[in-house]
Amino acid sequence: MAEIYDAVIIGGGHNGLTCAAYLARAGRKVLVLERRHILGGAAVSQQIFPGFTYTVCSYVVSLLRPEIIRDLELPRHGLQILPLDSAFVPMENGDHLALWSDPATTRTELQRHSRRDADAYPEFNQMMYKMGFAVKPILGMVPPNPLSPGVDDLRRLVELGRHAKSLDARTFQQLTKLMTMSATDFLDEWFESDVLKALTAINGIIGTMLGPRSPGTAYVMLHHFMGELDGAFTVWGFQKGGTGAVSNAIAGAARQHGAVLRCNAPVAQVIVRNGQAVGVALESGEEIYARTVVSGLDPRQTFLKLVDSRQLPAEFATAIGNFKYRGSSGKVNLALDGLPTFTSMPDRALLQGMIEICPSVDFVERAYDDAKYGEFSRRPFLDVLIPSTIDPTLAPPGKHVMSIFVQYAPYKLNGGWNAQQRDDFGDAVVNTLEEFAPGINKLILHRQVLSPWDLEQDFGLAEGNIFHGELTLDQIFFLRPTAGWANFRTPIRGYYQCGSGTHPGGGITGGPGRLAALEILRSSK
Amino acid sequence: MPRPSPFYSRTAALCESHSWQEWSGFLSANMYELHHLREYYAIRTAAALIDISPLYKYLVHGRDALKLLNRVMTRDIARCAVGQVLYTPWCDEHGRIIDDGTVTHLAPGRYRVTAADPSLRWFEDNATGLQVQIDDISDSLAALALQGPLAGEILQQAAGPALAHLKYFRHTTAAIAGLDVSITRTGYTGDLGYELWADPADAERLWDALMEAGRPRLLRAAGQLALDMVRIEAGLLLVAVDFISSKKTVFDVQKSTPYELGLGWTVALEKGNLVGRAALAAERERGAAWATVGLEVQWESLEQIYKRYGMPIHLPETAWSSAVPVYSDDLQIGRATSGTWSPLLKKYVVLARIQPQYAKPGTPVCMETTVEAQRHMTAARVTALPFYNPPHKRA
Repeated sequence: MAEIYDAVIIGGGHNGLTCAAYLARAGRKVLVLERRHILGGAAVSQQIFPGFTYTVCSYVVSLLRPEIIRDLELPRHGLQILPLDSAFVPMENGDHLALWSDPATTRTELQRHSRRDADAYPEFNQMMYKMGFAVKPILGMVPPNPLSPGVDDLRRLVELGRHAKSLDARTFQQLTKLMTMSATDFLDEWFESDVLKALTAINGIIGTMLGPRSPGTAYVMLHHFMGELDGAFTVWGFQKGGTGAVSNAIAGAARQHGAVLRCNAPVAQVIVRNGQAVGVALESGEEIYARTVVSGLDPRQTFLKLVDSRQLPAEFATAIGNFKYRGSSGKVNLALDGLPTFTSMPDRALLQGMIEICPSVDFVERAYDDAKYGEFSRRPFLDVLIPSTIDPTLAPPGKHVMSIFVQYAPYKLNGGWNAQQRDDFGDAVVNTLEEFAPGINKLILHRQVLSPWDLEQDFGLAEGNIFHGELTLDQIFFLRPTAGWANFRTPIRGYYQCGSGTHPGGGITGGPGRLAALEILRSSK
Repeated sequence: MPRPSPFYSRTAALCESHSWQEWSGFLSANMYELHHLREYYAIRTAAALIDISPLYKYLVHGRDALKLLNRVMTRDIARCAVGQVLYTPWCDEHGRIIDDGTVTHLAPGRYRVTAADPSLRWFEDNATGLQVQIDDISDSLAALALQGPLAGEILQQAAGPALAHLKYFRHTTAAIAGLDVSITRTGYTGDLGYELWADPADAERLWDALMEAGRPRLLRAAGQLALDMVRIEAGLLLVAVDFISSKKTVFDVQKSTPYELGLGWTVALEKGNLVGRAALAAERERGAAWATVGLEVQWESLEQIYKRYGMPIHLPETAWSSAVPVYSDDLQIGRATSGTWSPLLKKYVVLARIQPQYAKPGTPVCMETTVEAQRHMTAARVTALPFYNPPHKRA
């Protein structure tokens, strides 16, 4: 009989790899099975067009848990995160807003828009810093089950209660507002400059089928403010080589600890005997046996595709069926013959930071209006980065790559996604960009367009949701993916989940992978 | 990118050291020569010119100007007559200090406020329902400090003999080289000194006129390093060094109250409504948790420590500003927040925040000192502030 692994992990995304690395580090015999020819899942870098490396899906790093960087010694395996220094918003009236890492320059710039906002901005960041500090411990914690708490759950609930008690009244009040309000309503309490509100509010809509004026988006904004780099909160960076290099660093750590990583190995189903997962069957027919099976895929695939739903309690299967994905975004990657010129850009150094096409709150809300009724935004919000301006290895000398995160592109498009729709969507993106950077069309050597449908087909993201399911209040912490099953276990013994559809959710955090591994190790002691 | 101050063409030409720091978005010279001591001695023995344009400045005017200021500031601004200047801190609703500055009563119902940090939003938020206008005049007012025992003579030379009558913390206007200049007898050195406020378009001519008038009195430009030494001698606290603005931190443990900072004398509770009044009144009732004091580090004690390494005593050449623990016997009783060797007083002087029961002048304490990367306790003595208070400051 073939060898039996301690754990076989389905999906070589960054969370599957993180889980594998932690298990292997603890001496477990681990196998990772990746459907595609390349590891990394949605954190992947590829030369789709020769000589140009695209950071195909995810593109920035900040939420990666520092304990994972330490435990897995990721810098030894190639983790190199370059800080992103600025954010630039071209406005429709030809003006602009530019925020820099240097507070004095940012203040001078904000004063042009509103003297009050120039005073308020550092205070707002202080407040968000404190909110992030208040919420962050929860990110590194296995969610307790408050419905039918066991001993561990009670311990965690007490821990949580103690933490909540340590927050002062003002923090609690702000936190409540963040949990319930829309990003725009929350920001209205702080700022008067519309463009500053638009720029800040986009943190509240990324990956979510909601507009900046929809309640609940303030929390998503906080989620994006919880990033950190070298102990400094809310700082975002770009991994040298693209986010695929983050996956490769984690894969390097996993291999070093003895994990076996196999590509081109699509799993057809989990083999369950007497309610116990005992291995997986590949699409090739090969069967692999393991004491523990872990899925890094989203809840839909983990429960409704890889296992026979008859193995699951009906209530559970229904809850998983109700989990909201509602992919709202697409991705466009461009190979450019040179750097574009934004008409309102005062300093070319801003090309090295984030470029945000969100000139006003109305612009972003209108982009959402289109999506609400099943169309992609005619003038979408664009989160643009030209990573080759800070990492010269991505493109030939003098040439560049541009990463464009696009919202909104609803998964459920009227008439459905097809090649023509995808092309039209790509045109809408480039035409919107052309309004602010005339001539960019002529610089394009190659264009890759990923609709939510492509994200589902190519990367296995259900409905193209980049977070494995929306990060709204009803789907986080002990409700992720559903009440009672936020502890990385499943109704099938020996079957675990470790994808972004579990706590603490999406983004390159590694949190689900690590917490799942720690739970597996704890229960197999 | 830092902005040039209105005096940049003059300060840059003099700044042989090319040593600058950022101050509120402006470039500010650390020292003009490669060593700062001549600038220090200029402040204490002759006179020095210091570019203080980066200060934030606000014009508060209108029917309720006094009402607003009395609501925000801890001092009773009603007692500030036209032509008078008051130093005052201001606090948040929990009585924790946000910033400090001066209020100059320019004309009836018209005040100029200086601040270290941006304060427009705070003042405006407190002005709800009041008939008052707050103008941010930070960029439309260039500012120079003329400080030192000969500053009065130089100013009279430049602006006329009438300046001899300008008293301590008073305001006047005068013409210098034909330019309209607002002059206050104020400063951050604890010496005789003036601060001059003028149109940025006149900045260079004002600088030149003062330098010209001051040449026979050896007037020189002074930078931040010299200023930092003299302000410690004068017992003047520096925001972000000796205390943190309650607007700049969200952690209560990092905030301070006027009482803790030795500024209890500025809190006019009897004047009625004032932001933070309830908290300040309660604190006055129960006593402050900290006392701000001076420490004089004992030379012999420090010399003994160096002797163990076979080394002569080594004194700081510039002011330091990284907090170190202060002990009484083995018990930590507070922190020293900044210190300097005073070449004038020949004393090692330190500003410290300690538990009040140790605050009596003469109390022996210890300050942590690192010699050759080893920690030691240096004997120090609690002293009343300021360390240096010459009669000509107020004369």
